[in-house]
Amino acid sequence: MTLALDQIAAGGTASGANEEALRRQAHGERRSMLALTLPALLLVGFVVLIPIGWLFWLSFVDKSGFTLIHYQRLLHPTYLLTLRTTFELAFTVTVVCLLLGYPLAYLASQLPRRWASLVLLCVLFPFWTSLLVRTYAWLVLLQRRGLVNTWLQKLGIIEEPLRLVHNFTGTAIGMTHIMLPFMVLPLYATMKTISEDYMRAAANLGASPIRAFWQIYVPLSFPGLAAGLIVVFVLSLGFYVTPALLGGGRVMMWAMQIERSTTVYADWGAASAMGVVLLVITLGILWLVSRLTGSAKLGEAR
Amino acid sequence: MATPADAPAAGGNRSASLPITIERLVKSYGSFKALDDVSLSIRSGEFITLLGPSGSGKTTLLMVLAGFVRPQSGSVRFADREVVLLPPHKRDIGMVFQNYALFPHMTVAGNLAYPLKLRNVPAREIAGRVERALDLIQLSAFGERRIDQLSGGQRQRVALARAVIFEPRILLMDEPLSALDKNLREQMQLEVRRLHDRLGMTTVYVTHDQREALTMSDRIAVINRGRVVQLDRPRELYERPSTHFVASFIGESSTLPIEVRDGRASFAGAPLLSAAPAPAPASSAPSFLVLRPEKLRLLADAAPAEANVIAGHVRQNVFQGDSIVTYVRTASDHEIAIRRSLRTDEVLPEVGTAVRVGFSAEDAIIVPADADAPQTGRP
Ligand SMILES: Nc1ncnc2c1ncn2[C@@H]1O[C@H](COP(=O)(O)OP(=O)(O)OP(=O)(O)O)[C@@H](O)[C@H]1O
Ligand SMILES: [Mg+2]
Repeated sequence: MTLALDQIAAGGTASGANEEALRRQAHGERRSMLALTLPALLLVGFVVLIPIGWLFWLSFVDKSGFTLIHYQRLLHPTYLLTLRTTFELAFTVTVVCLLLGYPLAYLASQLPRRWASLVLLCVLFPFWTSLLVRTYAWLVLLQRRGLVNTWLQKLGIIEEPLRLVHNFTGTAIGMTHIMLPFMVLPLYATMKTISEDYMRAAANLGASPIRAFWQIYVPLSFPGLAAGLIVVFVLSLGFYVTPALLGGGRVMMWAMQIERSTTVYADWGAASAMGVVLLVITLGILWLVSRLTGSAKLGEAR
Repeated sequence: MATPADAPAAGGNRSASLPITIERLVKSYGSFKALDDVSLSIRSGEFITLLGPSGSGKTTLLMVLAGFVRPQSGSVRFADREVVLLPPHKRDIGMVFQNYALFPHMTVAGNLAYPLKLRNVPAREIAGRVERALDLIQLSAFGERRIDQLSGGQRQRVALARAVIFEPRILLMDEPLSALDKNLREQMQLEVRRLHDRLGMTTVYVTHDQREALTMSDRIAVINRGRVVQLDRPRELYERPSTHFVASFIGESSTLPIEVRDGRASFAGAPLLSAAPAPAPASSAPSFLVLRPEKLRLLADAAPAEANVIAGHVRQNVFQGDSIVTYVRTASDHEIAIRRSLRTDEVLPEVGTAVRVGFSAEDAIIVPADADAPQTGRP
């Protein structure tokens, strides 16, 4: 009752009716929103920010206090070579995933729903088996006397078995298999939302199917494309299990270098520095992509 | 025979429009016939409207013209050229889609320039033509806007401009105004029609709004269940509908089942018309009498019982501002609507009053009871 009277009084004195009450309501809403997001904020704080802060700190200290020694050591050719391999592999996997995934997602988006789910099921199938099992399966398929080599030989395509495993090629094949769904799913989701009318309009305005595809369809699929590329590239940068097994020790990835620092040398400082470098590079890429897609939109607008 | 419209325009330009001939077009989805043997001749430069209820096949017919739907059989010719096998991007016809289909990754100017770029028009000329088009649709300041920054009416105008900027000789529109509110829609109806008159291309317009069709068209093709039921000028369509379906679909009307025997019509056992119905149906065929509300008179019960009069009771008066509609229920339980403009001092007939409805023989429309018509007349 007193509250109601307060409000009436406030409404009477303020410049507009109910101004004070409306402001209070807005405040209240903001407060309850904050209360709702608080658990998530706390979780992010504890699970993400604190460990990363810890990582940073470790990478800048040793027994004697503050130091840049961990970072200096990363300039050694071994590390730089590893970094290069990591990027080459991530880049290769991303490109192959794009070349395989785009047509696949396009196919699925054009099929009737029932067939589309079947295609997606096939793409997702790898998710249901353990990463280790899949990687060993590739080992079996790709080895010197494996299924792939024996078939190719029987078909007379090759004389000598190809070296498909324990090298860059084998690692790329295995990683592509695992990364493909991350490319196909966002692409499919975006393509599903592209109305058929856009392609019809393009054709009606005089665009051949090929031009309509490149000038209308691909730009419209760009959000899914960017998401797929980023996810695949970033995940590939930090990949560990598959390169370790299929690379046979010959393909040294950044993540494997980190593992070695901790388990073999127990050098947490070096491992942390490498972690920070990977994190910074990844963030840099994300920033660059967001800038590029932003300016691409503006470029189109001109 | 070269009519002036077919002759090239001054300055050696190609002619602005093409006639369209559609012959025996069939499109079926499984056993369902979306287009059932459609034939239609559209004159050069004509504004023709496809009018019909939802699901009658209007969009399908338009899609066949544009080349997006492949019919099972039939022929479509632009002038003398058979196009039914031609892919859409080679047909060179403008089209306004129901949802506009403006490209969201391009600006307004980018959308307008796109068809010109595809035709390898020099960049300098494109800029000029885009500017003029923007002027024409009164969006000069909006060239650099993104599509999602436009209102519905503005998008509509951009879609229209994009469809005509490359000077197609045929323009197709699928319910282009259905997303707009009533005022804007009526304004755009006039604008679209003026644009057509100015540019002169043959225009095929789809709507299910009969008033819109009557307002805009040179001729209207009424479509029902994949067939063209009647093709005529708006006034003829309204005054001389050929079937019950057309009569009830276009304009308001009351329909009464009548019997025609030996050139004499009777309703509920009583003789009805003073004169023989004009298109005399086959003897004793079941027919319908269609009465337009604004062509009827309300007579006092005391008026002499002559022909062209139906007796009944007032059931309801509905005031509509410029007019009043009185619903009269006959003894045979049919309803007749009468629309009148009201004098200020006039007293309304009270509900339940016995009255007579009078009409003149030339306003009586008699149509055969066809299979595709609804079974009961509209109240
Ligand atoms: N791809 C399709 N598969 C099966 N049936 C279809 C298909 N496309 C259209 N139809 C059917 O064909 C008929 C005509 O459809 P159409 O879209 O031409 O109707 P319309 O007259 O444009 O209706 P509306 O006014 O609702 O837009 C409808 O009954 C529809 O269900
Ligand atoms: Mg339609």
